[in-house]
Amino acid sequence: MKLVTISGPPSSGKTAVLVNVIKSIKNSGLHAGAVKYDCLATDDDALFRSLGIPVQTGLSGNLCPDHYFVSNIEECLKWGISLNLDLLVSESAGLCNRCSPHIKGVLAVCVIDNLMGVTTPKKIGPMLKFADIVVITKGDIVSQAEREVFAFQVRRANAKAKIMHVNGITGQGASELTSLFLQAPETETLDGGILRFSMPAALCSYCLGETKIGMEHQLGNVKRIKIKQEQP
Amino acid sequence: MIDILEKKIGHLTAEFPPLTEFFSDYGITFNDLHATLGETLEGLAEEHYEDMGIDREKLLENLDGFLQRVTLSEIAEAPTVSEITIIGGHDKNGHPEEIELTLLRGSVTSIVGPTGSGKSRLLADIEWMAQNDTPTGRTIRVNGQKPDPELRFSLEYKLVAQLSQNMNFVMDTTVAEFVFMHAESRMISAIDTLVADIIAQANLLAGEPFTAQTPVTALSGGQSRALMIADTAFLSSSPVVLIDEIENAGIDRKKALSLLVRKEKIVLMATHDPILALMAERRLIIKNGGIQKIVTTTSREKENLIKLEEIDNKFLALRTRLRSGEMLEEL
Repeated sequence: MKLVTISGPPSSGKTAVLVNVIKSIKNSGLHAGAVKYDCLATDDDALFRSLGIPVQTGLSGNLCPDHYFVSNIEECLKWGISLNLDLLVSESAGLCNRCSPHIKGVLAVCVIDNLMGVTTPKKIGPMLKFADIVVITKGDIVSQAEREVFAFQVRRANAKAKIMHVNGITGQGASELTSLFLQAPETETLDGGILRFSMPAALCSYCLGETKIGMEHQLGNVKRIKIKQEQP
Repeated sequence: MIDILEKKIGHLTAEFPPLTEFFSDYGITFNDLHATLGETLEGLAEEHYEDMGIDREKLLENLDGFLQRVTLSEIAEAPTVSEITIIGGHDKNGHPEEIELTLLRGSVTSIVGPTGSGKSRLLADIEWMAQNDTPTGRTIRVNGQKPDPELRFSLEYKLVAQLSQNMNFVMDTTVAEFVFMHAESRMISAIDTLVADIIAQANLLAGEPFTAQTPVTALSGGQSRALMIADTAFLSSSPVVLIDEIENAGIDRKKALSLLVRKEKIVLMATHDPILALMAERRLIIKNGGIQKIVTTTSREKENLIKLEEIDNKFLALRTRLRSGEMLEEL
């Protein structure tokens, strides 16, 4: 089975892009399934189900969604294989821009949109910088110049990725993206697999439920802001 | 690549000024101009790379890609497009589309057909340089040849630039800053004169004047369209320009088209406006996902175009009168 990980900032159009990809996969007679990772709630499972494909939903709740993803992706892979799927897409929301959900040897896709502003690509970490394919959405509502500048900024943040423009509403570009999904390597197991980049670090007192503010309550992996003294 | 690591920071930033900005994207500022780039990158704590979400290897890969663009090698390798040929596939019912259509630089072709008839699919086929691998089964040739599949992902080689009715500027900059930023991303030299040219051209197209200092978000619909067209004509690397209707207000459509033609663009225009459709040398009639017919604009139609323009001008004159507060009791 082919596994593809899709990530991207909230509301960038991941699900809309995937819906179009899944439609075109179904048209070619192949079987796809989807796993949707989210934080608190999601309606997207119903959307995927309406396409007639099997779906799993994982809600990370109060855990870091990225850590939750990596602890559960193997189970999801086994589930997809047991259903004899040809392709399993795993969608996770990149909530902190430092997310790092990409796995070595597994096709990695990042979805970002033109409305985020041209400086956004440099602010996104491994989710964008280590992706194989960067999909840019919402190109139909910004000017040609902004699209070109934005794509240029993406190229600066990731020199090797394939950059694709996909319209999540009309589906323009989705069948082309699908052809790339179908070239993804086969993934039979993730046991022993390696993340492309380390995930955001955690483990401080607040991870364990501390709610009080103040030095004496801060334990573990704590980082301090550097207050700069401005010269008058 | 190894060479660059041995160069001193001071020399590098003098040679390629954009490098300073490139490294600032990764939170790297240069303090010691006498150190080599290699030493500077070695000197960064592991923690720095982790915080930036990138490792040294990937950073060097991006630097390499960036330098290739600075030195314009990507452009030099890509052949210039002088013509594009569309070889028919089939419509939604599988009926063959028996056409072979060559679009030359400096030509204007209009596309007509109801919503959902397959106009965007046609454009997507051109953009993707389809090789019988899209739902329509069409094949695209560039300069009569099968294009290199890798060019599908090249930013400099994007075949299609798009201008549509619902496009807006979302950046919060002035007109001059905006055009400057676009030119910079194309690694163009002598930016200042080019920026002035583009703004002057856009003003020729727009009904109401605007200046270099006008914020792009404050432009009217017509002014925005004028700036987008002038900017695309001068700065977009794409040989094909798709226009999805140009509204009749606030922009001189004839001048806009002739600017794009002068700049040797292959213009495709999806429109239902008879004036625009007749301005094109020919029109493609799209139905059920396929190109059903190619019609050459006849001389009779060209004569009618003159009449249509007269009607149009009358209408515009009424608008102007209405705006200036006149009564329209006499037409």
